[in-house]
Amino acid sequence: MTLTDTSPVSDNSKDTNLVPELLGPWSLIWRKFKRHRLAYFSLWFVGFIYLMALFGEFLTTQDINETNRRAPFAPPMSVQLFTNDESGTSQFLLHARGLKLELNEEERRRTFVEDPDKIIPLGFFVEGYDYKLLGLIPLNTHLFGAKNPRDRVYFFGADRLGRDIYSRIVMGTRVSMSIGLVGVALSMVIGISLGGISGYYGGWIDNIIQRLIEFIRSIPTIPLWMGLAAAIPLGWPPLRTYFVVTVIVSMIGWTSLAREVRGKFLSLRKEDFVTAARLDGLTDWEVIRRHMVPSFSSHIIASLTLAVPLMILAETSLSFLGIGLQPPTVSWGTLLKEAQNIRTIIQAPWLLIAPGTMIVMAVLALNFLGDGLRDAADPNAH
Amino acid sequence: MFAFLLRRIFYMIPTVILVSIVTFLIIQLPPGDYLDTLAAELSDQGGLDSGTMEALREQYGLGQPFFVQYWKWITGIVMQGDFGLSFEKNLPVGDLIWDRLGWTFAISLMTLLFIWAIALPIGIYSAVRKYSFGDYAATFFGFIGLAVPNFLLALVMMYVAFKYFGQSVGGLVSPEYLDAPWTWEKYVDLFKHIWMPIVVVGTSGAAALIRIMRANLLDELYRPYVVTARAKGMSEFQLLMRYPVRVALNPFLSTIGWILPTLVSGEIIVAVVMNLPTTGPMLLRALLVQDMYLAGSLILIVSLLTVLGTLISDLLLAWIDPRIRYQ
Amino acid sequence: MMPLTPMPTEPLVEMRGLKTHFHTDDGVVKAVEGVDLDIYPNRTLCVLGESGCGKSIMARSIMRIVDAPGRIVEGSIQYRSAEGSIVDLAKVRHGSRQLRQIRGQDIAMIFQEPMSSLGPIQKIGQQIAETISLHRDVSRKEAKEIAIEMLDKVGIPRPRERFESYPFELSGGMRQRAMIAMALSCQPRLLIADEPTTALDVTTQAQILDLIAELKEEFEMGVMLITHDLGVVAQVAEDVAVMYMGKVVEKGDVYSIFERPQHPYTRALLESVPKIGGEKRDRLPAIRGMVPHPLARPTGCTFRTRCDHFMPGICDVNEPAMVDIGDSQAACFLHLEKTHD
Repeated sequence: MTLTDTSPVSDNSKDTNLVPELLGPWSLIWRKFKRHRLAYFSLWFVGFIYLMALFGEFLTTQDINETNRRAPFAPPMSVQLFTNDESGTSQFLLHARGLKLELNEEERRRTFVEDPDKIIPLGFFVEGYDYKLLGLIPLNTHLFGAKNPRDRVYFFGADRLGRDIYSRIVMGTRVSMSIGLVGVALSMVIGISLGGISGYYGGWIDNIIQRLIEFIRSIPTIPLWMGLAAAIPLGWPPLRTYFVVTVIVSMIGWTSLAREVRGKFLSLRKEDFVTAARLDGLTDWEVIRRHMVPSFSSHIIASLTLAVPLMILAETSLSFLGIGLQPPTVSWGTLLKEAQNIRTIIQAPWLLIAPGTMIVMAVLALNFLGDGLRDAADPNAH
Repeated sequence: MFAFLLRRIFYMIPTVILVSIVTFLIIQLPPGDYLDTLAAELSDQGGLDSGTMEALREQYGLGQPFFVQYWKWITGIVMQGDFGLSFEKNLPVGDLIWDRLGWTFAISLMTLLFIWAIALPIGIYSAVRKYSFGDYAATFFGFIGLAVPNFLLALVMMYVAFKYFGQSVGGLVSPEYLDAPWTWEKYVDLFKHIWMPIVVVGTSGAAALIRIMRANLLDELYRPYVVTARAKGMSEFQLLMRYPVRVALNPFLSTIGWILPTLVSGEIIVAVVMNLPTTGPMLLRALLVQDMYLAGSLILIVSLLTVLGTLISDLLLAWIDPRIRYQ
Repeated sequence: MMPLTPMPTEPLVEMRGLKTHFHTDDGVVKAVEGVDLDIYPNRTLCVLGESGCGKSIMARSIMRIVDAPGRIVEGSIQYRSAEGSIVDLAKVRHGSRQLRQIRGQDIAMIFQEPMSSLGPIQKIGQQIAETISLHRDVSRKEAKEIAIEMLDKVGIPRPRERFESYPFELSGGMRQRAMIAMALSCQPRLLIADEPTTALDVTTQAQILDLIAELKEEFEMGVMLITHDLGVVAQVAEDVAVMYMGKVVEKGDVYSIFERPQHPYTRALLESVPKIGGEKRDRLPAIRGMVPHPLARPTGCTFRTRCDHFMPGICDVNEPAMVDIGDSQAACFLHLEKTHD
């Protein structure tokens, strides 16, 4: 107490200036992570995808459930910057080229061809269908789209009912990416608690949990998932199906996390600082929470990041098979279900390419991100 | 070694029992049973007479407590090899499944060999020539391989094969060979078809194993015993193969434990997409129409064979690595 | 002390101006910076120095097994083969047949850690027999017999059974014996032992050193033994070279060095050893200061930063050259002054 009284504040601040800047573990990890270019870029990309999931409706150009009988399997429209008027001079006008149906002699059916006369002017902050932003704010402004609300643009083509693939992918992001997050959150709760119990207490509890993990890992996941997913009644409301699918998907993810947590607990349990904390009279829970968890939380975050893409792929596979999420719900998996047979793909490859690319890019970015985090969290890596 | 074998087999028993219980639990989950579905369908056409229904109910213990039904089911399988009846096809399950299971496992095993044939040399190359162009290419391939789901790759390959090579896709043999006897031409035709599911199912596994092999070998490559071997006057290739690769191979082999289940899983999905005569499409169909004994038997046998495969891989590992055997 | 064998005239290995550098991201580490050293047949040369002084890298340079990013940048290592022809090991192409034949057959090496220097999952007998098959034209069976004979020779009990053992089944001392058996299985003309006893307990250490000395007499080979242990030097050395920061600072026969050390570093090293029955002192003298960072080599004499006889304007300007002082040679300006007088 007397110390603070006698030493003026200015002196204190002088002293602190002499001490070199000490970085906490998180800033060190962050600094190392930023050096990993690909991972750093992926972080931005993943952030962008989750923003897309949040503000989906704002980014769409059409209502995802609105069908168009005149545009089944319409191919992607080309977007151009200049128009040629009658005199031949080109003029700046952001627009999409419209489509028209024409009889294809070779294939003996009507196919879409580009209609040079049909110009759909595009613009930003255009008027479109009504929605509620974040489920709260009623709006009808969309980031971009056709200037005339009655025009339909198909950036990535249309499905068999003439619904806009682009808008559906944007909206599917919400379901697919959130299943990854919710599934990982579930895995985390199960994995960390079981792994922690297993590693901290050891003995017969550890033995039972380890056998359980071995058991789950030794059986092929897909048949089990299929069995479980098929047990979901078709009549259930989408939200309940969504939740059950998430639970099923996360059932497998927790095992590797539990193993990792257990390994960390086992090695930390013998560390001197943990013994010291226990001798200081801290309870088990306090030791775990205050001393053990902080020392491996960075690894856990990296593992969790790497688990998200696995969940996304699992949901996609189940929905693709038709036993995961069901059609009124739009996810990347249910979108791909439209491209299930080869004849459809040949007729409308965009049904496969557009959602497929989205999945691969999202999973790649999450993997890069997780890898970068893991490298940054590892103090021994160079 | 014999004691090790016995111990491993002993450990397997609870797993097997647990697998069978979980399987039965899963096929019991949907409300109602197939007989209800059947009765509803057939009631318009006069339906099954109630006597037959009762006989079936009695035979399978339907409507009785879970463990009674489970006991009837499992004792039937173990004691008489009776897997029950496929309600939809009205045939014993045993008559339906073996061909398909055989193909599933044939493809899974061939995929395993394919993965090793790919991952081993590329992984070794990647580690020995770390940060070379080839290493970066392998790493890039690895990330892509892990990011593309099986079924998506299957669809893309089918599309490419059809559009650019004009190959008939789907199935394991061309339609004209479907019921033909096994001649040389049929084998050639089979080979022309089967490579695609193998590549599709194997890609993500190969990507994962390349990374594992690279990391393992990098751990071993700078150990003192490698220097010893070099000081003995062995050539680089010789010593690489005889020492660090041999050591790095062990954790690599132990990956069969988890790679086999994922291969079987992958095969099932890909089979649905490519319409292969394997377990996948049959299981999917059985699950969708609640053909419970068919679905249950398929899940059970696929899981059991996978557990068995893992056991074999463990034994193989112990045979190769003396350190495990003596533990 | 063992009797001195007469100094043969023709050295087995002559190193001249050898420089081995490591090109790292942070800069060039000059691990070996201009070493001149001769190794004679049927004599034991001990290379003495603190950890990090470059003695191991020098030894590995002879075998050409320096790991990347290290490489020999200058100098020569003339090896005189049994037929009398001379090969410059520093210039032989990596991985060439010539180099591989010299390794293991002409020059063999044993390492510091018997725990990790043997392949972990191969039988030790096979590892020895493999070396024999590599260099000698014998059948598998003959190779096995020779290997068992070697195991017997290095004092491993029940060699025929031990042939089938895995390294993890043997104790550290036994493993080092197996390593020696492997190194000597082709009767090399030079044995390089890189701290062969550091990882072993004291009794085993003495046994292993005796074994090396014994086998040296039997096979009439040259031995280069690398150590930081003065006790080891006193026990087995005939010639001694003292290294500091990649340079040999003093060399000569073991009696001259122990009785009349000329370089301040050697003197300081010898004084830092406790003497039984010596004067009772409060503290053992230690060499003051620390070895400089390898990337910040002092100018002039590298030892000047820790030297009690530092002469400003001399020691920090030029590098001292080796000068003859009686039976030994040292690189120190103190002696240069004397010769000028």
